[in-house]
Amino acid sequence: MSASAGQVRPPSTGLRGRNYARKYWPFVVPAGLVVFAVIVFPWLFTLYMSVHEWEVGGSFTYVGLANYMRLPGDERFLWSVVRTLYFTFLSVIFPVGLGIAAAVCFHRNFPLRGLARTIFILPMMATPVAIALVWTMMFHPQAGVLNYLLTSVGLPPSLWTYSSASVIPALVLVETWQWTPLVMLIVLGGLAALPTDPFEAARIDGASAWDTFRHLTVPLVWPHIIVATVIRTIDALKAFDLIFVISGGGPGTSSETINLYLYQTAFAFYNLGYAAAMTVVFFIIIMLISLVLFTVRQREQWQ
Amino acid sequence: MKRHRIRRGISRFFFGLSVFALVSPAILVFLWMLSLSLKNEVDNMSFTPVFIPNPPTLNNFIEVFARNDFLTYTINSVIVSFSATGLALLLGVPAGFGIAKAKAHRVAALIMIARVTPGLSYLIPLFLLFQWIGLTGTLAPLVITHLVITVPIVVWVMIGFFEGLPAELEEAALVDGATIWQAFHYIALPLARPGIVVAMILAFIFSWNNFIFGVVLAGRATRTLPVAVYNVISFEQVSWGPLAAAALLVTLPVLILTLVMQKEIVAGLTAGGVKGG
Repeated sequence: MSASAGQVRPPSTGLRGRNYARKYWPFVVPAGLVVFAVIVFPWLFTLYMSVHEWEVGGSFTYVGLANYMRLPGDERFLWSVVRTLYFTFLSVIFPVGLGIAAAVCFHRNFPLRGLARTIFILPMMATPVAIALVWTMMFHPQAGVLNYLLTSVGLPPSLWTYSSASVIPALVLVETWQWTPLVMLIVLGGLAALPTDPFEAARIDGASAWDTFRHLTVPLVWPHIIVATVIRTIDALKAFDLIFVISGGGPGTSSETINLYLYQTAFAFYNLGYAAAMTVVFFIIIMLISLVLFTVRQREQWQ
Repeated sequence: MKRHRIRRGISRFFFGLSVFALVSPAILVFLWMLSLSLKNEVDNMSFTPVFIPNPPTLNNFIEVFARNDFLTYTINSVIVSFSATGLALLLGVPAGFGIAKAKAHRVAALIMIARVTPGLSYLIPLFLLFQWIGLTGTLAPLVITHLVITVPIVVWVMIGFFEGLPAELEEAALVDGATIWQAFHYIALPLARPGIVVAMILAFIFSWNNFIFGVVLAGRATRTLPVAVYNVISFEQVSWGPLAAAALLVTLPVLILTLVMQKEIVAGLTAGGVKGG
């Protein structure tokens, strides 16, 4: 809507040259100062903290890269990286796959579509802590409703978040439930902007629904699918609320992702210097994965 | 002709079924939350679930208010989310205007990096700073850290809206001798009102839902609602009815807001998501 209007309009640069653009900076300064104070400054200060050892009283000593050198030897950290990647992989493919299917459904016109779409996006708007609590109760092996449903259709009950083997898949289930709507919205936005002519032509040529989907819909909304994948990847890497409330990283440390271990290191062990170093490495991991995905996107566009 | 109609009927049936399959997980979880909150403890803990409360009881809700300082936490949440949203609008709407007009895409990229950074990584340095300054124990650290969420949302949504506005009106005003401030105040701002509504709703919801900043920075008296609800399970004996009631109360404002303002929310999220690339 607004974005497309901006693209259609020819660039009207008649009035403004380089100097003219400069006159707009007073509008940005107040927000810029606040962004510097609460966003940029913490980044820089984290870097500073990561090369120091911090005592509880507030004193600190310079230790160089010692905090970073500890990371490769910290088995708990390495396992948290593995778990994060495992959790992220599953938490991307399921929501993206289902989200595309949902978008195709919601792109068609049907009665009460607006209401159905609103209900569909409720999980992503709801307070994460609240839904995490409900899922915790549903996962309970004895009194939880999920095991009742499983056994009533003849399936064996599961231990869900109470066993180290099933805790991450169970968390992925909640993550998928919560975040499929975002993928749906992004892909739906792509579908809404598509031209109708190719689809008309395909219909006249007698293409099947599946062929139309594979050879027309998917290639045309591919950029949106990639964007949704990137956003989902970043959000899954950063996932905290659900895991923290539902499993707390347990049983043991079997669902402890980087973010959870980071929380423990900083605010349970008060090992602030080490936590700062971990943050920096975590940030680099996120940026690298985002960059790889963006490169994939660029290449798709060149071809 | 008849066969064609039957085939269309079948395909329509399966389409209806898939829509139902898509929507039902969302409905069922929220209905189950409602059901848990309206039942007594015996029904909640029985292995054969009682799906429809019979008779429904409001005792769980009464208990939530009786046993906890729920009212205080509600006020905390309201103060924090309203201040963080209000401040973000005050700062972010002009910033979005300036960035859109000056085509400062590098500033926009900075905001994107802010979206990528995990919330926890702001907390480690800010936690230390708030201790030094001595702000712990007040709501100020929460309002300040919530700006980390609300300011980027507002700026991001507003850049999109101001870029989409026709530039001719403003340019005409500038030619007629208006200052840039006047062009912003009298022309761009009224036109951007729908965008401001979108930015406000999204900023408010994401601030209201935020958990991680509160769990680290809030003291006993300064907890926001999500933190308060989380503390019910970690420190007190867990009974499901009051817990579900509390969870429902926390998320109810957001659910209602989503149902009422769904058009604005979908517009904002779609634009934000797509532009996020």
